[in-house]
Amino acid sequence: MTAAVLNVEHLRTHYFTRAGVVKAVEDVSFEVRRGKVLGLVGESGSGKSVTGYSIMGLVDHPGRIVGGRILYNGTDLLALSEPEMRRLRGSRIAMIFQDPMMTLNPVLRIETQMVEAVLAHEPMSRQAARRRARDALGQVGIPSPDERLQAYPHQFSGGMRQRVVIAIAMLHNPDVIIADEATTALDVTIQGQILSEVQRLCQSHSTGLIWITHDLAVVAGIADEICVMYAGRVVERGTVDDVLDHPAHPYTFGLIGSVPSRNERGQPLRQIRGTTPSLANLPQGCAFRPRCFRANEICTNEPETMSISSRRETRCFHPLVAQPT
Amino acid sequence: MLSSPRSATDLTSGEAARAAAGLRLVAPDAAGPVIELRGLTRVFRKPLDFAARAANLLGADIREEVVRAVDGVDLSVQPGEVVGLAGESGCGKSTLGRMVAGILSPSAGDIYFEGRRVAELKGQARRDYALAVQMIFQDPYTSLNPRMRIRDIVGEAPLVHGLTSRAELKAYVREMLSRVRMDPQYDTRYPHQFSGGQRQRIGIARALAVKPKFIVCDEAVAALDVSIQAQILNLFMELREQLSLTYLFISHDLGVINHLADRVVIMYLGRVVEEAETDELFARPNHPYTTALLDEIPRIETRRRVYQGIKGEIPSPLNPPSGCYFHPRCPHAMPVCREVAPPLKTVAPGHRSACHLNDRPA
Ligand SMILES: Nc1ncnc2c1ncn2[C@@H]1O[C@H](COP(=O)(O)OP(=O)(O)OP(=O)(O)O)[C@@H](O)[C@H]1O
Ligand SMILES: Nc1ncnc2c1ncn2[C@@H]1O[C@H](COP(=O)(O)OP(=O)(O)OP(=O)(O)O)[C@@H](O)[C@H]1O
Ligand code: SF4
Ligand code: SF4
Ligand SMILES: [Mg+2]
Ligand SMILES: [Mg+2]
Repeated sequence: MTAAVLNVEHLRTHYFTRAGVVKAVEDVSFEVRRGKVLGLVGESGSGKSVTGYSIMGLVDHPGRIVGGRILYNGTDLLALSEPEMRRLRGSRIAMIFQDPMMTLNPVLRIETQMVEAVLAHEPMSRQAARRRARDALGQVGIPSPDERLQAYPHQFSGGMRQRVVIAIAMLHNPDVIIADEATTALDVTIQGQILSEVQRLCQSHSTGLIWITHDLAVVAGIADEICVMYAGRVVERGTVDDVLDHPAHPYTFGLIGSVPSRNERGQPLRQIRGTTPSLANLPQGCAFRPRCFRANEICTNEPETMSISSRRETRCFHPLVAQPT
Repeated sequence: MLSSPRSATDLTSGEAARAAAGLRLVAPDAAGPVIELRGLTRVFRKPLDFAARAANLLGADIREEVVRAVDGVDLSVQPGEVVGLAGESGCGKSTLGRMVAGILSPSAGDIYFEGRRVAELKGQARRDYALAVQMIFQDPYTSLNPRMRIRDIVGEAPLVHGLTSRAELKAYVREMLSRVRMDPQYDTRYPHQFSGGQRQRIGIARALAVKPKFIVCDEAVAALDVSIQAQILNLFMELREQLSLTYLFISHDLGVINHLADRVVIMYLGRVVEEAETDELFARPNHPYTTALLDEIPRIETRRRVYQGIKGEIPSPLNPPSGCYFHPRCPHAMPVCREVAPPLKTVAPGHRSACHLNDRPA
């Protein structure tokens, strides 16, 4: 078993807004192992991005991490000072966003940006930094990297821009990369290329990858383990095969059942009833209760995470053991 | 298909009026397509900005940018059919959809609605067409006017067009809301009071309120949460049954298209490259682009797969490659592919594909 490089334990991140406290992340635990991919899936607003920001130490006001630990190689990141955190950020732990322009500066050449990113964490000559940048571009499949270094971000397509961002994330050979919907805006053909590059790089560099997405099919193809989030909580965790083939939580079961390929063509899709919850107004007890086909009175209490088998957990009073049909 | 003009005796009064106005008459053919596109083309020009014009005065040769967003598309849609339209970003799906819905005018080519050339429709016939073909957009947030109550959003058009009276409006709107499975009591609320899925339902109710025959759905579930997508897709299918609707269903999600389309059209850089019944297309894709596209779909059944990726970038529509637009990325490209654009040809019954490989001796 490969060692965990990152352990997130009972993480809680809340936003203290004028309208009240938004518990964006409420008791999230998982571990990321070297060279492995953890898929973090869930619907809009379920707390995936805030989990990523929390690990990166990028939670903005009015948000605050109010509980838990984030252990990187055994060190609690939450106990680090901002300068210490800054040294890790971008070199040991990197994040890729859905919109590459969150990382890239539109008015600077790619070369300038990449050389600065190299020098920020490793002193070396500009020439050496430039070579490092060029090699990184080549590694993510950008043709004629020497010329492309001279270009500005707008001269790249969306897919190419995302590759540049991945190249920047890989510059210092980090231990953990958090990719937040990194291919969501891209076409399937380009998404396939990028997934294959990322897969290859993480494996060859033993980088642990957190792949955040709402797309179960993408996670199926890339992840080793899956965490399913709902309303700020991890409701299910396990290996890809266990979770997708034998979902334990009724929400996971419902999501998988509604995927078109799991339904007979032309027949109504199995659907989860109701709407996605607002964090400001959660039902009492289990957050999924109003939409759950297995709910009963017990579910008005808050379910605790329970272990089903080793490395397999769910947060439900009535987990399913049956396979989805 | 065009059918021969009928005799004056079986003209309806509207048609008689149009005949009197000197318009060419084409009888609506009950068995014919609802929508037919012939050589439909749309060109966008990006005019030169001041700097470019100034540079040209000094001898530079900067040309206006021209995009052939939709390039000579032929397509017909039969009544009751669901035609799925797929292809990469920028291939012209929305532009095609907007022309069909009458929101955007073609640069060349023609749209026929129930056998009539849309460009020739005037007066009432034009209005009938405008109501009969409705469009539903991707973004349920921006497509509804935030200052209007649901009642007015859904009720405005049918009232203006006399499909209901002011006295019956409330009941009419409530019926539309029930159709899309929304609580009719919500008719006095504003869009911001609803979730994404509910707003999409409101958008659908608005389209249904003018009693359309044909609906263009442009990425209509793409912005919705996974668990809500299934609800809206089910609603589309239910309404199709109840109201005998015909759909042009635009989606980049081939899983969704496979589930609900009867026929699939694949576009690449403004051109149709393949068209077939859904089962046929997914089982026996002919065009190398379609094959590559199908290979790339992430599937929940496929675990820890090794992605290959279609090599190469999506080319710029500003400067498309010569010959077959797909040749720079095609693993089977031959010399002829660089020079000659392959025409769409029938490769099996109901199955058309535009690829030179089909011309090779077997
Ligand atoms: N600055 C903020 N102030 C208040 N609430 C916030 C803030 N940032 C995030 N939240 C809340 O935290 C919750 C979780 O948001 P998050 O962005 O993590 O969701 P997500 O799972 O990434 O969703 P998506 O798929 O839409 O990206 C949301 O309910 C959101 O409204
Ligand atoms: N109003 C416009 N002015 C100029 N160019 C346009 C306009 N609308 C679309 N285009 C161009 O036409 C081409 C086709 O665009 P269109 O929006 O139809 O593609 P699409 O297939 O719907 O893409 P997507 O999947 O991203 O929605 C693109 O190159 C686009 O930039
Ligand atoms: S705890 Fe109850 S309501 Fe929540 S998912 Fe389990 S069965 Fe459903
Ligand atoms: S015509 Fe040639 S380049 Fe185009 S798809 Fe066919 S084989 Fe490939
Ligand atoms: Mg997010
Ligand atoms: Mg579009």
